[in-house]
Amino acid sequence: MAEKTATLPEDRAGREVSQETPRPPRSVGLGGQIGKTTALAVTIALAVWAAFPLIERRLWVGLAIEVGVVAVVCYVYLSPRRVPMKYLLPGTLLLIAFQVVPVLYTVGTAVTNFGDGHRGSKDEAIIAIQTSSVSRVPGSTEYALSVATRGVPASDPLLFLLVDPAGAAFVGDSAGLRPLSGATVAGGRITAAEGYNLLGIGQSAARGAEITAFTVPTDRGAIRAQGISGAYEGQAGQLYDAGCDCVREAATGRQWRADDAEGAFVNEAGERLVQGWRVNVGLANFTRVVTDPTIAGPFAGILVWNLAFAAASALGTFALGLLCALALHSPRLRGRRIYQVLLILPYAMPSFAMLLIWRDIFNTDFGLLNRMLDLNVDWFGGTWSARVAVILVQLWLGYPYMFLVATGALQAIPKEVGEAAEMDGAGPWQRFRRVTLPLLLVALSPLLISSFAFNFNNFTAVYLTTEGAPFPADNSSAGGTDLLITYMFRLAFDAQGAQYGFAAAISVVIFTIVAIISAVTFRRTRAQEEVYS
Amino acid sequence: MRIRTAGVVAAMGLALAGAGCGSDSPSAEPSASAGAGGSLMIWADDKRTAALKPLVAKFGQELGVTIEVQAVSEELMPKFVTASQAGNPPDIMIGAHDWIGNLVQNGTIDPIQLTEAQRGAFAEIAIRGVTFNGQVQGVPYAVENLALFRNTELAPKAPGTLEELVATGKQIKQSGKATEILSMPVGQTGDAYHMYPLYTSGGGYLFGTKPDGGYDPKDVGVGNPASIAAFEKIRKLGEKGDGALKRSIGHENALSLFTGKKAPFMISGPWSIGDVKKAGISYEIEPIPGFAGGQPAQPFVGVQAFYVASKGKNKAIAQEFVANYVTKPELAKVLYDAEPRPPALTAAFDQVKGTDPDVVKIMDAGKGGAIMPAIPEMANVWDPFGKASAAIVGGAVVPSTVTAAGKSIKDKIK
Repeated sequence: MAEKTATLPEDRAGREVSQETPRPPRSVGLGGQIGKTTALAVTIALAVWAAFPLIERRLWVGLAIEVGVVAVVCYVYLSPRRVPMKYLLPGTLLLIAFQVVPVLYTVGTAVTNFGDGHRGSKDEAIIAIQTSSVSRVPGSTEYALSVATRGVPASDPLLFLLVDPAGAAFVGDSAGLRPLSGATVAGGRITAAEGYNLLGIGQSAARGAEITAFTVPTDRGAIRAQGISGAYEGQAGQLYDAGCDCVREAATGRQWRADDAEGAFVNEAGERLVQGWRVNVGLANFTRVVTDPTIAGPFAGILVWNLAFAAASALGTFALGLLCALALHSPRLRGRRIYQVLLILPYAMPSFAMLLIWRDIFNTDFGLLNRMLDLNVDWFGGTWSARVAVILVQLWLGYPYMFLVATGALQAIPKEVGEAAEMDGAGPWQRFRRVTLPLLLVALSPLLISSFAFNFNNFTAVYLTTEGAPFPADNSSAGGTDLLITYMFRLAFDAQGAQYGFAAAISVVIFTIVAIISAVTFRRTRAQEEVYS
Repeated sequence: MRIRTAGVVAAMGLALAGAGCGSDSPSAEPSASAGAGGSLMIWADDKRTAALKPLVAKFGQELGVTIEVQAVSEELMPKFVTASQAGNPPDIMIGAHDWIGNLVQNGTIDPIQLTEAQRGAFAEIAIRGVTFNGQVQGVPYAVENLALFRNTELAPKAPGTLEELVATGKQIKQSGKATEILSMPVGQTGDAYHMYPLYTSGGGYLFGTKPDGGYDPKDVGVGNPASIAAFEKIRKLGEKGDGALKRSIGHENALSLFTGKKAPFMISGPWSIGDVKKAGISYEIEPIPGFAGGQPAQPFVGVQAFYVASKGKNKAIAQEFVANYVTKPELAKVLYDAEPRPPALTAAFDQVKGTDPDVVKIMDAGKGGAIMPAIPEMANVWDPFGKASAAIVGGAVVPSTVTAAGKSIKDKIK
């Protein structure tokens, strides 16, 4: 802001210069130059700041993209030419970053089994299996540990100085465990030893990863550190064998073979190890939507209700909002401002909180609605009453917005048009039906479509009120008020932990449905606009 | 004019382009690096964070490391798993033991090798709770389970059975002193956790047990004749029967019904004690009664524990902290003061016992309890079981509902 005011006089000077010269367009004022340079500098500074973590993690592709983007930005803005690109570039970059990349990422995820139990790579799964199978050898000794080196604590090879419960001291390294003489043992731990330098806590912390990985081989396994002051003799119960590409259990000889189609280690009985990895599953997630009877069965019914819900919400709020707008449009009405403010109030309240309050209002035994009207309706217990309730809530939450835009659009319609119709002998209804409404629709139909698309995926409206209930007694995954989005959310996240791959596939399906509906409606509105304009 | 506008547009465009560049590098957040003396990052929920902060600073000094506690108020477990996957987890996480299955299948935590003596310092059920695949996966600090809260003013006598409870409740309701018999959250989608004691008392079970004491995901008890019989009994308590269980009572109003003296009985856990005390009602905490002639009502026993992240940057120090400091009664006591859940450490429990009789009563109510299954398969049970129970409370036909729920659970487990 300060910069902007400072540039004003300079700009004026710049304009004067441009007025003197006959060909003005390309000379940029000093203020513009400063602004441009600052913005470019900030961009480059941000890019450099973001580059370090990328280099640190060796994400070369990300780095290449970043460098490329900065290069394009500099190329476009450092030259006085390429004016159209100057306007197009920011929008294009944002479009790519926030629309194209997420869509591609979603589609990419949809063909994998990415989700809980299948998050990382196969190597990570193997590491996880092996580390989690290391357990204490039964009946083995528990040692008190002091980590030491023979030389410089910060860099020389590590050694474990151990004391067993009987007080005997040992030194352990990769060659094994040997008795240690000349050690001072205090409080059950070695506090000093000849020829060894003990690591302090800070030094241990700095070399923590090495300490965790350090093992002293023994007959039955290896001595490993537990923290930095204790050690135990442990044994890996399950080991990966690259030869057979399988995990073998040492004690029983059982084997789990790697199944690269499933991303899991599976034994002959079909049992899996819990730690799996991420693999490409092709179109399996999409075919599951069609073939799985628990999904394919209720899908059509939910889609119909979803369309009805979105249409009812969009049209209902529009009708109610328009009604209020028309009523308040009359200049004869007193106290219009107060009414308008009152009508906008629901819009000003956070819908999150309002949805929860409405849920309580519809409660059978304790809800405000049943008590006030002395009813005994089990609102969320019956399919149709729950649906009515959900739409009523949406109506209440949504009509102020429609009221606002309809008021604006009504004011934009010239009075003359109405007066001309009146002169021609049209009644109030005819004037509204034949003149006002068509003119309104030209302005508002894109809003209606966007409202429809929004309500089609209105997750919170259902999830915070009914959670999809009521559920039929024999199917807990598809409820009476479930929209596709809540239904799919439950399938993908509630039951078996998060299944991102499947969720992504469903998002693609829903996206396709909404895109088709929107495209068709937009085409139809365009035709309508042509008729009226 | 034109030139100035162009300049402003260009500057704005560049600023936006800068934002665009930033978003091209999603992994640009600064990586946590260890300080000179080492540092530990702990993730916990709000309440525990507040309680831990001062104490942890003291331990940190003793240990010579900086310990930071960060509050993650929602979705702690999924956030931890996601951070682990991105290679940027905290060193330690605090949470419920039934998360262990998912934490292990994602390779996010390491087992902890406690010494025999350390193990022995804990209540046996707490260690059983954090044991998964034969390994101790976290260090427990508190146990919790459901119990029956009774308003002694309204119901002076402890009910011996559920039938007695209902009869007493009905009497109180008829006399107009209360409007409900029992406050137990069911809601539209059901609550398997609160339903479980009634279900076990009716003779049902969720998973059978393996010879080593762990739950057997192959043996699902939902849908078998015993589970149907159990739900028939539950249905009698529901809306079409005694009206003791109602879908209109959910998490949002269960507590206020009891504290508002509208219900003489409530089934809830130690987390409600604070509010009940604040409401100033005279209350008593007892084991949940079972059906007359049925099995005892077994509540789930949950364990709160500290976990060491397998991809943490300072694993050695984290293990040191968890194994040698969380096993000290001091820390358990502080966490207890933040929220009165019975400490898992026997020594800490004994300390608390003298000053807080409620904690002993909660612990007694959980004596016969079943440890909440930590196997990943349990995730498939909550939803179908809960919804079936809500439908049955609402009056649905029992055999088909329970059979369908059982089938849906078994289909998902495979």
